[in-house]
Amino acid sequence: MSIRLDKPFQVLNEENIKPIQGHLGVYQLAEPNGYVIYIGYAGGRSLFGLNSELKKELKQRDGKETLFRYEINMQYISRYEELLMLHQVDFGELPERVQKEHPHKVGRLTPLA
Amino acid sequence: MDYQLSEEQQLIVDNVRRFVKEEIIPLEENLDPDAGEIDPKDKQRLIAITKQMGLFGLGIPPEFGGPEISITTQTLIAFEIVQHRAGLYNPSFGAFGGAGLAQLFEATEAQKEKYLFPVLRGEKSSFFGLTEPSGGSDPGRAIQTRGVQDGDDWVLNGSKIFISGADQADFGILFARTSEDKGRNGITCFLIDSDMPGFNVRRVVHTLRSTKYATEIQIENLRVPKENILGEVNKGFAIASDRLARQRIPYAAGCVGVAIKAQQMAIEYSKLRETFGGVLASRQAIQWMIVDNEIDIRTSRHICLEAAQKADRGEDFRTEAAMAKLLGSEAGGRVVDRAMQIHGGYGMTKDLPLERWYREMRIRRIGEGPSEVQRLVMARNLIGGSFH
Repeated sequence: MSIRLDKPFQVLNEENIKPIQGHLGVYQLAEPNGYVIYIGYAGGRSLFGLNSELKKELKQRDGKETLFRYEINMQYISRYEELLMLHQVDFGELPERVQKEHPHKVGRLTPLA
Repeated sequence: MDYQLSEEQQLIVDNVRRFVKEEIIPLEENLDPDAGEIDPKDKQRLIAITKQMGLFGLGIPPEFGGPEISITTQTLIAFEIVQHRAGLYNPSFGAFGGAGLAQLFEATEAQKEKYLFPVLRGEKSSFFGLTEPSGGSDPGRAIQTRGVQDGDDWVLNGSKIFISGADQADFGILFARTSEDKGRNGITCFLIDSDMPGFNVRRVVHTLRSTKYATEIQIENLRVPKENILGEVNKGFAIASDRLARQRIPYAAGCVGVAIKAQQMAIEYSKLRETFGGVLASRQAIQWMIVDNEIDIRTSRHICLEAAQKADRGEDFRTEAAMAKLLGSEAGGRVVDRAMQIHGGYGMTKDLPLERWYREMRIRRIGEGPSEVQRLVMARNLIGGSFH
């Protein structure tokens, strides 16, 4: 089982967000070239889970072309931390927006693949 | 046995209770229901308060800067500091400090300088690497990680699982088999720096507990200088065993504390919620659940305090500690389950802390030695000998 979130990206727009329900889980936002610019989660305080978090992101991106992918996951905090660690392994640092908005110590991983 | 609190104990309990109510619970209102951490600035502020209260560093011997209070008083405090949403695994978000790896108090002076004192100053964090994929209940026989001497060094190879905090720790204690003995007499305890080549955290192990997640470690040709052996070669199992016995009382007290809070919530709700023209509290089915909760709480609290008092007197408390761990974790699970039942649908939601306690309490019946092992420990102590 891959520990990376490797399902295909979709374009962040209302049409693609609509079928997503109010589940808890994690998501990634990326530039059109697939470079991940943000990792977030829909937790217990999200009004309509992933649906409302992604709608907020769409509004915040303000028309900038953005990709997204998500994973429904009740263990969203540990999965979120794992995705941050993996990003740090792959790119040497956390996404800039994560560093700015959620500064905290992230663990070290040395995954096999 | 009389558990009337002394005037000093009552004062401490009242102060800690007020601290949790006024300082901890309000902070949680703005956090995710599964959160385990608070803003570091808040944590420093809380620590300043507990230091002022003279209660920072629970479990740390007074000669190393810990408070001069008995194990019984520490148990009374442990009942209180968990009484909030994150409390079971993040009691008061670490505001009362803690001993961390208690084995380090027995370390050499050089090891204390390098590992113990920085932990006590809050500069370093650590992990405890015992359980392996081959098992955790019987570590003396299950440990397959190998340590082979090579000159002045030892070279370690193997893997560990369900290790909390290894991804963030600066160092840890790691147990490896260092002789051909297949049992307890061939285990050595090593101090491992997490930046040593060959130390790898391979993955997060996702469980019912989202915060304080566990990890899987792989050790490949990890070279450790002999100075990093904690205790003596092939005598590491006693170190592991000692830690497990000591930890059982506060572990059980945490379960009891959460059960007390769940019971308070259940009673309060039962007096408010109406069904069929009367409050829930007037229904016998609900009354019996509340009574069963109280029986579970009082019996497990009683055994926790009995174990603590025996430990304070310097007597062998292993049977009582195992009984406290067994009763506390099992009774705690039952109490939270009944409290959820009384709350109905709301009990299942993340609006209330019950669903988090329900998930985390389930782990307590397995963590730090499952109920079956506690029974084994008690049987061994009561009957005598070791049976195979």
